[in-house]
Amino acid sequence: MASVVSLHPRVPLWRDVRVLSALGQAIFVVVIIIVGAFLYGNVRAALQRQGLVTGFDFMRAPAGFNIGDGPAFEPSESYARAFTIGVINTLRVIGLGIVLATLLGLVAGVARLSSNWLVAKIAAVYVQIIRNTPLLLQLFFWFFAVILKLPNVRNSITLPGPIYTNVRGIYVPWATPTETFGAWRNALIVGVIVAGLVWLGIARWERRTGRVGFAPLYALAAFALMAVVSWFVLPSAPLTPDVPTLRGLNYRGGARMSPEYAALLFGLVFYTGAFIAEIVRAGIQAVSKGQVEAARALGLRPLLVLRLVVFPQALRVIIPPLTSQYLNLAKNSSLAVAIGYPDLFSIGGTIFNQTGHALEIISLIMLSYLTMSLTTSLLLNIYNRRVRLVER
Amino acid sequence: MNRKLYLVLAGLGVVSVLLAACRGAATPTQAPAGGEAQTVEVTRIVEVTREVPIQATVVVQVPAKVVPTGGRLDTIKQRGTLICGVNGGLPGFSFLETDGSFSGFDADFCRAVAVAVFGDPAAVEFRALSAQERFTALQTGEIDVLIRNTTWTYLRDVELGTTFGPTTFYDGQGMLVHADLGVATLEELEGGTICVQTGTTTELNLTDQMAVRGVSYEPVVFEDIDATYAAYEENRCDAVTSDRSQLVGRRSAMADPSAHVLLDVVMSKEPLGPLTLQGDSQWSDVVAWTVFGVIAAEEKGINSGNVDTFAGTTDPEIKRMLGLDDSGLGAKLGLENDWLVKVIQEVGNYGEIYDRGLGPDTPLNIERGPNKLWTQGGLLYSPPFR
Repeated sequence: MASVVSLHPRVPLWRDVRVLSALGQAIFVVVIIIVGAFLYGNVRAALQRQGLVTGFDFMRAPAGFNIGDGPAFEPSESYARAFTIGVINTLRVIGLGIVLATLLGLVAGVARLSSNWLVAKIAAVYVQIIRNTPLLLQLFFWFFAVILKLPNVRNSITLPGPIYTNVRGIYVPWATPTETFGAWRNALIVGVIVAGLVWLGIARWERRTGRVGFAPLYALAAFALMAVVSWFVLPSAPLTPDVPTLRGLNYRGGARMSPEYAALLFGLVFYTGAFIAEIVRAGIQAVSKGQVEAARALGLRPLLVLRLVVFPQALRVIIPPLTSQYLNLAKNSSLAVAIGYPDLFSIGGTIFNQTGHALEIISLIMLSYLTMSLTTSLLLNIYNRRVRLVER
Repeated sequence: MNRKLYLVLAGLGVVSVLLAACRGAATPTQAPAGGEAQTVEVTRIVEVTREVPIQATVVVQVPAKVVPTGGRLDTIKQRGTLICGVNGGLPGFSFLETDGSFSGFDADFCRAVAVAVFGDPAAVEFRALSAQERFTALQTGEIDVLIRNTTWTYLRDVELGTTFGPTTFYDGQGMLVHADLGVATLEELEGGTICVQTGTTTELNLTDQMAVRGVSYEPVVFEDIDATYAAYEENRCDAVTSDRSQLVGRRSAMADPSAHVLLDVVMSKEPLGPLTLQGDSQWSDVVAWTVFGVIAAEEKGINSGNVDTFAGTTDPEIKRMLGLDDSGLGAKLGLENDWLVKVIQEVGNYGEIYDRGLGPDTPLNIERGPNKLWTQGGLLYSPPFR
């Protein structure tokens, strides 16, 4: 092949990098499609051979089982409703779990960097032990070795309230809505709007006069005033107290935190908190020492240095790995089935056992976790984009 | 030049992948349909009834859904071991002992099927399965037979693509409560907490039975059988419900068996038996007739001690069962003619299997009740070996 030398050498097609890369990508996509089609065809043939039917119609059948925790559920309601309750239960654990784990991680992370030797060592021991043992083991420990060792129903620990703590759960007095509750709730919504207006008004007055007005305080006062006034204006009280009382074998009434929920929450919070502690520590140490020295030179107390100078800069480093830890917490909550908490994985498993439709149930479970995880990471990525370091 | 080589290799790779995919897509199916010792080979899965004419005037009807028959037994024989799904955590039925072997009623039936096929009770590989995964393991073909205290129900038989063998143990659902509660009936459990294992018929029956009685309760559902009973022992629940045989078995392993009382209530029918995959009638027959064989052996008074003395018997049915005449019953099933002799020698008849796992010398000591022979007022009835 004679090579042509010119000022603008024309690259032959089979050597052109752009063509080759485009061809490579096209081949890759074709291979993926072929593999996917083969797998799909395989599954279909196997299902046909077995005589198994696919489809989601079975979700409308009555469930036939009870759910011990979460919103009220009758066995005559559908499987779909049961699955929804499972999702709600999972969200209950994840929501509170994320908040508490973050708080615990923050405290433990800062404690590890403390100049107090004992505080730093305690935090270090906590992080090392919890991080390096399996989560399932910790859940079993919390459930069997801690929660289930609480006293029997007859010998409950009674706290003023009355709050009863026993092996069946923690019972606190609660309030049930009466017929005037709807009206009171509307009054509360109006109160929120009024409080918002008050806040905006005071902010505008601040801008105009340059003086300091305590906007949150006045907004809160406006809301509280609205709530109290509407309570007494209504003909009858919107809420009645619901006190737990011992009836027969269990306490009835009031609000209850079940032992399974408590064990799962503690286990997840302590486990994820240890990981978050390390992330927080890494973020704080990522802030250059000059910042701390300058802040101290200005005369700021160590706590104010942390709050005003170090932490806003550390946050930029903390947020991306923190997202991963939140997703880990969400997915680890599926271990609830091992300690009897009816989360979406456990209820999905029960539905699968009663109906036998493995593919549909597994895909539903995966879809639920995927939705939750994607939503969490989306929100956190939006927040990350606002606080991150934007360089050139 | 190596750029050209790279392109050529990439092209060859694409072409070979395409060829492999095309051949993999078609699934050939073999369906031997005998008529005058001629075989018909069908290479497509057909979903309608088709008449396939052969050379002679014999017209053979291919069944509506062409499924492979006789496949499983051949696969097992080739493999050399039987893969049997069991519980592994239920004393008396299938329990993993400290030396690594599986003991119990269900485990012995696994060995009986293995002896029927191979003549060797050790030619079996046990798989301990949870209640959640047992049906999937069978559906995917990971195990050959599931002998795991599984209740025979309509939906399980119809919807899961599995077939039940004859019932080996007629059980019922019961309730185990703490003795200090002083509860004697289900109605007295009003407002109480009940532990139950997920993936079982007990979960559904509990709901039904309590609804019939108008009793409200709080269920606590676990996946693991050990967690269920541990939570019950720790007083998380007032009662735990399961098959009566399972409750007796687990109570014998508790710290203080006398602190728990089995209520005198039978909440449902729980016929426990083996399962095989639907569509392989030969393999299902092997399992079924192994069960019937040990039941018939007890009926005829044959046990592992005296099976050799029946060599000169004049009873025609025993001769057929033990392969002593030339009726060749074993060969029709794809087994050796003396398969039942070996089963009885190595594992025993039904009574011996029962006594070894659940009898008066074991901690469980479950009385046979409906699990006696029909001649003694029970429900065990084998069809004739003819």
